[in-house]
Amino acid sequence: MRVRLLHFASFRDAVGREEELRDFPEGSRVEELWAALAREVPLFARFAAMPPAAVNREYVPAGTVLRDGDEVAFLPPVAGG
Amino acid sequence: MSLTYLTADPIDVASLIAETRPSDGALCLFVGVVRNENAGRETTAIEYQAYGSMAELEMAKLAEALTRDFPQVQVRMRHRIGRLAVGDASVAIAAVSPHRSEAFAACRAAIDRLKTTVPIWKKEFHPDGSSDWVDTSRRPDQGR
Repeated sequence: MRVRLLHFASFRDAVGREEELRDFPEGSRVEELWAALAREVPLFARFAAMPPAAVNREYVPAGTVLRDGDEVAFLPPVAGG
Repeated sequence: MSLTYLTADPIDVASLIAETRPSDGALCLFVGVVRNENAGRETTAIEYQAYGSMAELEMAKLAEALTRDFPQVQVRMRHRIGRLAVGDASVAIAAVSPHRSEAFAACRAAIDRLKTTVPIWKKEFHPDGSSDWVDTSRRPDQGR
């Protein structure tokens, strides 16, 4: 299963790219994707809890099961206005 | 991606107002502009970055929610993205209603909710050339 991962703002700076394709086992949940990223990115490892996440441009709970082709983004605290 | 709520160009407040029905009686206009400081540090410019396709969806949802909560009020919103100078308008909201109290309330609700749900971020630039992303989890503006 392959998902498209998007990065924004401080998370984009921490990861060093705007987007990437990632392979995960079938049935993986959003929180497992975050855990995998937190093992690689020092900024993410410092988070006590998973930040808000979006799948296909909708806010989703941490337990959401991912599907092949999903567009996933973890969102830094928003600061519009 | 078609843009309804986001724009890379300067916000045209007059055209935003023209999209509403000012003949209703009360027009409340909020314009957010880039401030010259934040948390005691001087700001020279701000770069707004958006998850564009999701921000458009979230602002459409916000517009629907405002229509439900303020049925008499018509609201139009525009948020600018890209690099802005101090004094530039970053967001504009026009709320039109038969009477002013609902127009004020809807305008206030629109900007407050926009700030909590729409995936837009801002990077502040300082006179010494440094810059940082505004972390609202550490410095909530608490509706000011």
